[in-house]
Amino acid sequence: MAGFDKVVTTYEDALSGLKDGMTVIAGGFGLCGIPENLIAEIKRLQTKNLTIVSNNCGVDGFGLGILLEDKQVSKMVSSYVGENALFEKQLLNGELDVELTPQGTLAEKMRAGGAGIPAFYTATGVGTPVAEGKDTRFFDGREYLLEEAITGDFAIVKGWKADRYGNVIYRHTAQNFNPMAATAGKITVVEVEELVEVGELDPAHIHTPGIYVDRVIVGTFEKRIENCTTSE
Amino acid sequence: MALSRDQMAIRVARELQDGYYVNLGIGIPTLVANFIPDGMQVMLQSENGLLGMGAFPSVENVDADMINAGKQTVTAVPGSSIFSSAESFAMIRGGHVDLTVLGAFEVDVSGNIASWMIPNKLIKGMGGAMDLVAGADNIIVTMTHASKNGDSKLLDVCSLPLTGKGCIKKVLTDLAWLEIENNAFVLKERAPGVSVEEIKAKTQGRLIVPEHVPEMVF
Repeated sequence: MAGFDKVVTTYEDALSGLKDGMTVIAGGFGLCGIPENLIAEIKRLQTKNLTIVSNNCGVDGFGLGILLEDKQVSKMVSSYVGENALFEKQLLNGELDVELTPQGTLAEKMRAGGAGIPAFYTATGVGTPVAEGKDTRFFDGREYLLEEAITGDFAIVKGWKADRYGNVIYRHTAQNFNPMAATAGKITVVEVEELVEVGELDPAHIHTPGIYVDRVIVGTFEKRIENCTTSE
Repeated sequence: MALSRDQMAIRVARELQDGYYVNLGIGIPTLVANFIPDGMQVMLQSENGLLGMGAFPSVENVDADMINAGKQTVTAVPGSSIFSSAESFAMIRGGHVDLTVLGAFEVDVSGNIASWMIPNKLIKGMGGAMDLVAGADNIIVTMTHASKNGDSKLLDVCSLPLTGKGCIKKVLTDLAWLEIENNAFVLKERAPGVSVEEIKAKTQGRLIVPEHVPEMVF
């Protein structure tokens, strides 16, 4: 690697340094915009005792669901889980811990983490089980919860196109949590469908500026659809 | 007769206004999209990051990168925008969405809502529901008036863990349209052929019945 060139050519290099017990923030919503090859590499590496921060936990046999097969995940921080039978089983067995977090709070926790904001107040969750043990404060007569930011040892992100400098754009709603995840990793790895020349992406259209990105790898994607609905 | 799911959606759709940005939850709320009056412009927000959700795609236009918050494949209308989850919830928390419609297990006279967790049953998570109820000023809850066992879902105090506190003002059930005022449900309209007595019997929380309660017309 030289200068701003972030491109790596093997998935082994893409996740070099990932160790047992680390926290990994993953982009994606359901199976949309998930870094499916980076997840598969974590399975191959057999890294254990991971905390995974992701809106969902994939499905049986695909996405983050595959990391449950060999019990690699000890804790999930998510807003909605249980689309997979294995998740339910490990949760009930006590093999897996889950911290359910409102979806907007989760996005903001990642955003704050990446932006150097240690905590923020939100009305979301006041008076609910989410508020247990958290500080509250009134502003203009309304009660708010103090929520702490999240950062990860790694962030794994799925982009559409990137250049060698790590500037990334996302495609359609595959954007979702990916831009926030990209900012919140000590090491941020982005896998993309297409690598373009530096200067080819319109600077004003870049979603994730390269400063957040440490490694870029080009992959091929299955892009499984969770719930295919059509007009016919 | 209790309202059908479509009739509930039709009744909710009467609350839409031209130029509204609207977030529709899963289930009956989703059906409201089928009853937007002709000539009215409404933009549907999907919290995974889409403002201007369109119809389901044709088979050849299915795109894995184009889904809604229910993880269904969808299309985007002309004039739509797509953004990150943080941006999406900034819209929601910042109070920029004009109307939110969502389902619930229970609502009480204090405007509390329980919609995500039944203790000792599998808990899948709250998704975006807590953000939606905390962020929106104008919320309509759609649910059946009572459970299959006949237990009222309109209570003095919610029995299940809350999704949000003091945030609900309007409830549409299969039997009635009610608004929450001064720690009571006010019966505003009833489903065609449903008596005030039936609604009274199925409402556990304090209920105020005005002298005249009109029947909904479909």
